[in-house]
Amino acid sequence: MRNSRNRGAPPAHPALARLTVGLVTLAMTAVVACGGGGSGGSTTSSLPTSVGRGEGQLNLIAWEGYTEPQWVKPFEQQTGCNVSAKYAGSSDEMVTLMRQGGGTQYDMVSASGDASLRLIKGGDVQPVNVALVPGWKDFIPQLQSPPHNTVDGKHYGVSLQWGPNTLLYNTRDVTPAPDSWATIYDPQFKGRITVPDNPIQIADAALYLSKTRPELGIRDPYELTQDQLTAAIDLLKSQRPLIKKYWALASDEIDLFKNGDAVVGASWPYQTITLQDSGAPVKDLIPREGATGWADTWMLSAHARHPNCAYKWMQWISTPRVQAEQAISFGETPANTKACPYMDRIQAGACTKYHANAPASYFASIRFWRTPTRDCGNGSQDCTDYTTWQQRWTEMKG
Amino acid sequence: MTAARAEVVAGGPGRFRSARRRASAGLFRRGWLRATLLLSAPAAWFVLIYLAALAILFVSAFWRVDAFTGEVVHQWNLDNFKTIAESPAYRTIALRTIGIAAAVTLTDALLAIPFAYFAARLAPRRLQTVLFVIVLVPLWTSYLVRVYAWRLILAHDGILNWTLHKLGFGGVDIAYSNWAMWVVFSYLWLPFMILPVWVAFERVPDSFLEASADLGARGWTTFRRVLLPLVLPGVVAGSIFTFSLTLGDFITPTLVGGAGSDFIGNVVYSSVGIANNVPFAAAFATIPLLVMGAYLLVARKVGAFEAL
Repeated sequence: MRNSRNRGAPPAHPALARLTVGLVTLAMTAVVACGGGGSGGSTTSSLPTSVGRGEGQLNLIAWEGYTEPQWVKPFEQQTGCNVSAKYAGSSDEMVTLMRQGGGTQYDMVSASGDASLRLIKGGDVQPVNVALVPGWKDFIPQLQSPPHNTVDGKHYGVSLQWGPNTLLYNTRDVTPAPDSWATIYDPQFKGRITVPDNPIQIADAALYLSKTRPELGIRDPYELTQDQLTAAIDLLKSQRPLIKKYWALASDEIDLFKNGDAVVGASWPYQTITLQDSGAPVKDLIPREGATGWADTWMLSAHARHPNCAYKWMQWISTPRVQAEQAISFGETPANTKACPYMDRIQAGACTKYHANAPASYFASIRFWRTPTRDCGNGSQDCTDYTTWQQRWTEMKG
Repeated sequence: MTAARAEVVAGGPGRFRSARRRASAGLFRRGWLRATLLLSAPAAWFVLIYLAALAILFVSAFWRVDAFTGEVVHQWNLDNFKTIAESPAYRTIALRTIGIAAAVTLTDALLAIPFAYFAARLAPRRLQTVLFVIVLVPLWTSYLVRVYAWRLILAHDGILNWTLHKLGFGGVDIAYSNWAMWVVFSYLWLPFMILPVWVAFERVPDSFLEASADLGARGWTTFRRVLLPLVLPGVVAGSIFTFSLTLGDFITPTLVGGAGSDFIGNVVYSSVGIANNVPFAAAFATIPLLVMGAYLLVARKVGAFEAL
């Protein structure tokens, strides 16, 4: 039923369709070349106005937990697009994977805000026509055209889900229940702490410092001057001897908590839900200092070989029911406001539990992942960029 | 059937037969031609696939990556090597890799010598076969399965600690640490040490031991002054495997390593796979290359290559 609207396009022979696409691309290249490097605005006209027949295959780069059989299997059955997904452990890895093999290897990526702008600026992703994605108009207003995936009015993908990075702890070993990020810097838990192996973790340290050491003057955890960055790195250096393991994949952290190797750590709600389902005594919370978070976007590779399947995926993943399924499975908040009743149907009270009906102030309280640049946001160019963060992170870990 | 074929060969054109005979005679007389024909294919493979890849690796170490576009810029510079030399973090990682590789090699040698001695010289024939199979069986299962098995054994609530608790000892906390890596690596590469040492023990003629006994040496003296020097090349040959395999590994550190457990291989992997910086990865990858080159030179001095 939902997919009936895809059938609007006349079925074409795949080879013929490819040839046509090839010719059109060739013609466009010629036009652009003759235009002598005019502004990129002309690409708007190349947006597809309908979705053709699926190519039978769709290659995704996703966060672990984003391509569960629960919603991938029905998609494959309905569209004939076979999904093969590769999990990436960090935004850096996503960016690198998207650039592999000239960008033709993967069609889409579920990029977070700290990767999306890098992909747009690097020309690795292409604008999409959101009019072809029916669920889009029901998105919360902040995620219809957010600055992390919409540049100059062009949408480079559709928003997906969002949520906070949480503090995960073992309720048996960590008493009383923590309420501050100080717990993951506490020598009391030496050798039982785990945090993500990800340079963006520096922002978490900066957020904590912005509350505990106001004299540093940290306004935004993603806009750090050299001194502020050094303070954050110093905090992380003092944390390093306390760390059991820097986790690379969510399943690593789940193993650590399951086997009792870690009792407290920085986490995503996904790990909490998986651990609770397996009976582990864990809980998570947003500490009083606030939290960093992610707002993810399904982005389309500039060189995607299966664009029709990609559009079908964007349509499917934005429908209220799939949004609800993914929200509950991962423990995040759906972008589609109509997902609320579906969530409550799957699990009573889930809509409120996962903040799908939370006021805009909740959204505003989360410091969403962003790519740090030299631009400090106040006109000054003294801030540290992401390459610096990467280097300092590697050196800190040793 | 056989008769028919024999007939065909026998009744085949005489010209063809004599040409073949002449060619084979020519090859027999000219040794260099024979060598060329035998070696040209593997040599081409070696030069093209192996040496060319090494050369490209080495050359790209002097390039750099454009921070904005992520593309490799072919501009000669020494920045990568400078970063490696100046940053204490990379020095720590290189030393950690080499140190653990050395520790693993030593451990495997200490475990392999008594085992190989028993297997080669004391065990009866049938037991020898059993021991041989026991050494080789782990190599038939996936490397990953074995590493994950160790993860479960060493975990905080794992089999090791469970056993220790039952026996009344306190638990040990070695999961996800350099100790864990040392244990797992030593286990993984032990067969590669046992086999050459085993062969080396087998090669020692019984008459040497008898001669030693005739000259009044006791068991321990014979072992120390006759057997051990004779099997040392075998130990060094095995150590080439254990050392180089540990030096190049990056999966075990990822799976069982702790907070500060990165190996050279991990830095190379993350430089390529995450930071998209192939030139830096190439520069860092020259370190194990140099270390291994030096190691092989020493190994040749000790005569390890004759024991392979």
